[in-house]
Amino acid sequence: MNNPGTIEDLVGQKYRHGFVTDIESDTIPPGLDEDVIRFISAKKREPAFLLEWRLKSFRHWLTRREPAWAKLHHPPIDYQGISYYSAPRSRGDGPRSIEDVDPKLLETYDKLGIPLHERARLAGVAVDAVFDSVSVTTTFQEKLAKAGVIFCSFSEAVQKHPALVEAYLGSVVPYRDNYFATLNSAVFSDGSFVYVPKGVRCPMELSSYFRINAAKTGQFERTLIIADEGSHVSYLEGCTAPQRDENQLHAAVVELIALRGAEIKYSTVQNWYPGDENGVGGIYNFVTKRGDCRGADSKISWTQVEAGSAITWKYPSCILRGDNSVGEFHSVAVTNHLQQADTGTKMIHIGRNTRSTIISKGISAGRAQQSYRGLVKIFPSAEGARNYTQCDSLLIGKQCGAHTFPYMEIRNPGAVVEHEATTSKISDDQLFYCRQRGLSAEDAVNVIVNGFCKQVFRELPMEFAVEAQNLLNVSLEGAVG
Amino acid sequence: MLLEVDNLHVSVAGTPILKGLSLRVGPGEVHAIMGPNGSGKSTLAHVLAGREGFEVTAGTIRFRGRDLLAMSPEERAREGVFLGFQYPVEIPGVNNIYLLRAALNAQRKHHGQPEIDALQFMRVVKEKARLMQLGEQFMSRGVNEGFSGGEKKRNEIFQMTILEPALAVLDETDSGLDIDALKVVAQGVNSLRDGKRGFVLVTHYQRLLAHIEPDFVHVLAGGRIVRTGDRSLALDLEARGYDWLTAANA
Ligand SMILES: Nc1ncnc2c1ncn2[C@@H]1O[C@H](COP(=O)(O)OP(=O)(O)OP(=O)(O)O)[C@@H](O)[C@H]1O
Ligand SMILES: [Mg+2]
Repeated sequence: MNNPGTIEDLVGQKYRHGFVTDIESDTIPPGLDEDVIRFISAKKREPAFLLEWRLKSFRHWLTRREPAWAKLHHPPIDYQGISYYSAPRSRGDGPRSIEDVDPKLLETYDKLGIPLHERARLAGVAVDAVFDSVSVTTTFQEKLAKAGVIFCSFSEAVQKHPALVEAYLGSVVPYRDNYFATLNSAVFSDGSFVYVPKGVRCPMELSSYFRINAAKTGQFERTLIIADEGSHVSYLEGCTAPQRDENQLHAAVVELIALRGAEIKYSTVQNWYPGDENGVGGIYNFVTKRGDCRGADSKISWTQVEAGSAITWKYPSCILRGDNSVGEFHSVAVTNHLQQADTGTKMIHIGRNTRSTIISKGISAGRAQQSYRGLVKIFPSAEGARNYTQCDSLLIGKQCGAHTFPYMEIRNPGAVVEHEATTSKISDDQLFYCRQRGLSAEDAVNVIVNGFCKQVFRELPMEFAVEAQNLLNVSLEGAVG
Repeated sequence: MLLEVDNLHVSVAGTPILKGLSLRVGPGEVHAIMGPNGSGKSTLAHVLAGREGFEVTAGTIRFRGRDLLAMSPEERAREGVFLGFQYPVEIPGVNNIYLLRAALNAQRKHHGQPEIDALQFMRVVKEKARLMQLGEQFMSRGVNEGFSGGEKKRNEIFQMTILEPALAVLDETDSGLDIDALKVVAQGVNSLRDGKRGFVLVTHYQRLLAHIEPDFVHVLAGGRIVRTGDRSLALDLEARGYDWLTAANA
């Protein structure tokens, strides 16, 4: 009989973004000390306040240790073995427009399925692409400028809008926040910057793609999004990396600030190289993402599809400071083979009538381990606060694991906090039922998994929902039989 | 010949269940299979559909002349073998008609046809849902999610009327149905009778056969077909039980 074996046989599709672009780049030798930080800062002609901040961060970092509380296992990371700056070499001072961008780079983005001009134009998406550590080009600058929206690389923002950067950088994730955020604060090389002025609805989806290319480099990007009063912005982040046998470190920081009545929707489709089926190689993804609903009636919603990386450590969070502010977290995390993910969110209720929703869908296959870790914290001041948490795990096969760590700190007796959790398996009965209707075993798994994730996919911008669905299918190919 | 089962021996977990079963279903024929609990009726249905865990130790099954046992479950389905499950499984979150459309398109692709047009598909869905008296809300709910027992059975037949299989094996589709639902299910089956399709109806009750006229009634006992007759055999069984047959064959 021609049956494709077991669930295990079906989870085993090759990573499709694992190519390396042969491109000249400026890379400094591995190692980290104050000179490296001064080098990075000088390279970017940064104002004094920023160099000071970097150095402060670095000195603090030297006193810290890696956190050990997550349910993750990996060999020690050699921070002195990493190069902290790598930039594609370009003519002159870096690209001014798409015509100035190295054609090979553009080719890379094509391979990734992001034809910078075509797709952006068609979709009305503005793309900021970060290659290794340096932002390559930003499309759609003009249309955005007309609306008063600033969307540029972080480096450019430092040059052109230093006051905004100085006012907001580190205001949500302080440099002392955690080991990886501190490291990022010292060495970050680029990232994206968005400012949406008062009352402006950003006329298009903003999007950035991150790619690690050079070997032995880390990627430390920093994203800062400020939505001024009554404004609205939706932002999507995608990421990929070449296939390498070594582990590469990615330690990013994302800070979101929503002022009175503003709304930020931040979506991530994370597809860093996950390592091979024996757990060799892959990205270590230690990321700090936090949003601050600083003003009343503001809203921040995180949607993430986490499919890649050997290790994912990430807890996009919301500080609900403003009265009536709303925080949302919608997550799909997939781990296959030997991938590990420890992910979740924190909802910190400070203002009155603040509301938060957490929908987490975890899928484990192969020998992967996955943990949901979430904190709902309600301050005494958070009169009328409400939280709803739903946390579902789907297991494919018998060797994977799912763990749930919900923490609650409720210090206002009037708060309403609900938590629901389920763990289910794709059963042989379900698979057989689908196959009896004519679906291949793989399609059957995809259909079942997509059904499981529907609640989250609904939150993604249309075209990315399709992308996310495909990504999930690829990540789980070979999972079942 | 649509289906030829010859001297079929099947073991489950090392225990022989079917012991030399033979059955021939010609185009347009309706065969009813009756028999005591545990006699192997569902086993036969599952083996026809290609379910894992059933070990065929001897015998052959041909479907339209081809070796059915060599085909994967999905290939059989695409070739036109449909199993109406005795216990249809729930698949939460997977839209009922989404699955059905994927199923139909898999079948069409297999036959070199283009995907079905969305509007046309919805038209067919509406028509068949009306026939099976399933309200619109069943279309967008998760597959069998929270359906009552009878609704699950009607949903099986609803799927069948859209997939239009060449051979339908219905495992106790009549069990747990109220009197009206029984008629609806029979209507669904009869709507597909066109002189070419074959049906194998596994049932415990002759009342289904009052609505779907069978050409043959078989009694499965001790892993083999011990008696074949027409509809009057079903009436005999209802009156007398199985003892007189199983005793005679012991
Ligand atoms: N996984 C299994 N392990 C052991 N025995 C099994 C297994 N599955 C089925 N059997 C046995 O096989 C025999 C036939 O079962 P089957 O489900 O085919 O009966 P049936 O004729 O459909 O009965 P019913 O009328 O109750 O539906 C039963 O004795 C049953 O217990
Ligand atoms: Mg049975």
